[in-house]
Amino acid sequence: MRLAAQILKYSRLLIIAALFVGLTLASPVFLTGSNLINVVRQTALLAVLGFAMTLVILVGGIDLSIGSVLALSSCLAASYLKEPSTIVIGTIICLGVASACGFLNGLMVAKIKLPPFIATYGMSWMTRGLALVFMGGNIVYGFPKTFRFLGAGYMLGVPTPIWVMTIAFTVLYVVLHMTKIGRNVYATGANKEAAFLSGVKTDRVVIGLYTMAGFLVGLGALMYISRLNAAEPGIGESFALEAIAATLIGGTPFTGGEGGISRTLTGAFILTLLSNGMNLLGVSSLWQSAVFGSVIIFAIMLERISKKLGND
Amino acid sequence: MDGKCILRMCDITKTFPGMIALNKVCFDLNEGEVHVLVGENGAGKSTLMKILCGVYGKDNGKINLCGVDVEVKDTKHAEGLGISMIHQEFNLLPFRNVAQNIFLGREPVKGPLKVLDEERMHKEAKSLLLSLGLNLDTKTLVKELGVAQRQMVEVAKALSMNAKVLIMDEPTATLTTREIEQLFATIASLTNKGVSIVYISHRMEEIFRIADRITVLRDGLFVATVEDPSSITMDELVAMMVGRRIEKRFEKPPVELGKEVLRVDGLSSGGKFEDISLYVREGEIVGISGLVGAGRTEVARAIFGADPKDKGKISLFGKEIKAGNPGTMVSKGVGFVPEDRKEQGLALIMSVKDNIVQASLDKVSTGPFINGPKEKKVAKRYVDELRVSTPSVQKLAKFLSGGTQQKVVIAKWLASGSRVLIFDEPTRGIDVGAKQEIYKIMGDLVKDGVGILMISSELPEIISVCDRIYVMHEGRITGEVMQTDANQELILGLAMGKEVVQ
Repeated sequence: MRLAAQILKYSRLLIIAALFVGLTLASPVFLTGSNLINVVRQTALLAVLGFAMTLVILVGGIDLSIGSVLALSSCLAASYLKEPSTIVIGTIICLGVASACGFLNGLMVAKIKLPPFIATYGMSWMTRGLALVFMGGNIVYGFPKTFRFLGAGYMLGVPTPIWVMTIAFTVLYVVLHMTKIGRNVYATGANKEAAFLSGVKTDRVVIGLYTMAGFLVGLGALMYISRLNAAEPGIGESFALEAIAATLIGGTPFTGGEGGISRTLTGAFILTLLSNGMNLLGVSSLWQSAVFGSVIIFAIMLERISKKLGND
Repeated sequence: MDGKCILRMCDITKTFPGMIALNKVCFDLNEGEVHVLVGENGAGKSTLMKILCGVYGKDNGKINLCGVDVEVKDTKHAEGLGISMIHQEFNLLPFRNVAQNIFLGREPVKGPLKVLDEERMHKEAKSLLLSLGLNLDTKTLVKELGVAQRQMVEVAKALSMNAKVLIMDEPTATLTTREIEQLFATIASLTNKGVSIVYISHRMEEIFRIADRITVLRDGLFVATVEDPSSITMDELVAMMVGRRIEKRFEKPPVELGKEVLRVDGLSSGGKFEDISLYVREGEIVGISGLVGAGRTEVARAIFGADPKDKGKISLFGKEIKAGNPGTMVSKGVGFVPEDRKEQGLALIMSVKDNIVQASLDKVSTGPFINGPKEKKVAKRYVDELRVSTPSVQKLAKFLSGGTQQKVVIAKWLASGSRVLIFDEPTRGIDVGAKQEIYKIMGDLVKDGVGILMISSELPEIISVCDRIYVMHEGRITGEVMQTDANQELILGLAMGKEVVQ
């Protein structure tokens, strides 16, 4: 039993190791520099969106509006980002719109007491609709080089998205694990009533987290359209589900108060490895969805068993 | 009405893990009588009645109904036998109409296809309600009815099952005076038809008004059945309920009482409590006594700012606090140990350390950053001081025993330096040894000049621990008793709404 418990505790590292070994044997392309950089680059966007999702899941919430907010904020900012002289304004608009959407989500959840699922589901339709209306069937494409640097460029030989993700991770990690704010986040997630009765302003914590999640979505929007070199209202349909998948596979439970962004980083990496491997092996994208679904369920089953064996 | 005996419960015993809820209790019921069942909180009244109507199984004893021994399997079976209970929280479906509720699961049908006979259902429902003196449209949805009308629907439902025994658990708790008169009229007409009623109540006046007989339970034991209620006084009845067990559990150290730390003036909150005024001084332990549902916890939460108040003033250390919320109250030196430590006091999935420093993060932080070694030191200090039995401060709170968890909650408020502490049922559900330790901690706190406001349902506890006791009844303070004058009869009398001139 002890051994089983230990294995389960490090199950995610084992899964990554197994994927590495398996894919190296199965595909000659896998273990090449360019492919690995590709994997890490894709991980970066998923991780940033996963962090956003993890923040709200930590307090027992969820944010289904991630993909649509990403589309709206990038569409509103796109025309500014296209002109080198207004890139800064565009960036501010993108981050500002996404943060505002997050703030509204937080208000609906904390103050109006809507279930997070419903509040963010509604927000998702609203923002998607607004993005479609605003663009009126048009697409913005062809961003200047300075902006494309964010999604497609390199700094000191490392793709820029990885820098962005690393900075986001570091800041969030420090705040969540070393500050009073972070402690109040976990306390609110673990037992909101007890935190409230200990003097924590739990409503502010919740609103703050949804707003921060919105900001990260804005950051993801910039990374995504910069790489895509285009902005259109239909982007990011699957992002909310992928972000949830990264969080769950990483091992942050829906119940709140446990887990964190380092787990989500692992989860995002596993998902990207899987997807990369299946692409290399020529598995159709239709099958890939089915595989992801079963991986999520499997990961959560492992989690449950691990809990039963007393890993806390 | 003196009818023949239709129900006899003999030597009923029921144990729950760690306690004996009923010990060889006897109870009998005559045809067409109102038999009142009284006792303190936890005396076993509800347990006895739940056994009768099949909610709980019994460990031992016999139930004899109309001369036949029966084993009540479940509530459905009980209803079939003609035993129905009207609960305090009604078992009605709010979005179904009156007739649908009355005949739920037993709808009249017609024809070979067993189609619902809507017409007959409404007709029968109507006549049942009319027999109770209630002219109500049977198509009204239950959610649109008032409490009194819902109660009548419940009674009609019971009658539709040919109830011979009707158990009413504090039926007047939420009724207005006029509605109570109506209920009593209904009860009279029911007993005239030969229905027998077991009536659980805490209200002295009404007990003496409607009781044909009174049975008293205490601590799961049968005390007595009073055959003629007019032969005893209220005080005698209260004395039977509390018995003669006064044990001194706790000697509060002699403490010089200081300045007022907490004052509450005219605090009201819509329907929950009204016009509450109280004060607590340095070094004083002040109790709030009362029956379950009297509004004690609601008052405590409003003082702490956890629930809004409609009216009234709260002052700390002589200064009025305007918009109170737990955040400001904590920063001003107030702590709250809630009733339900697992749900409200602790984050079970967090460590002992995290729980202890939760209300004093400012003290263990440098700027925004938590100082790891410092918070560990603080946590260790209080773990040692309160003798919290945990292998390490990293242990998750969920692995600790109830008494130890309670100490962690108290440690949280010691760490935050609280000068006013509100305890809501601090010793509920913890063992005797841990109780003594909690009392001792309270003693040490008042020696340091902390003021304590404590809610407790246990009369012996509140009498031996508190310097002064406020007693609440239905949202109001009905009396203030000094420890030297306190006895269980006096407090229970006040808690049950007996007017006392002081």
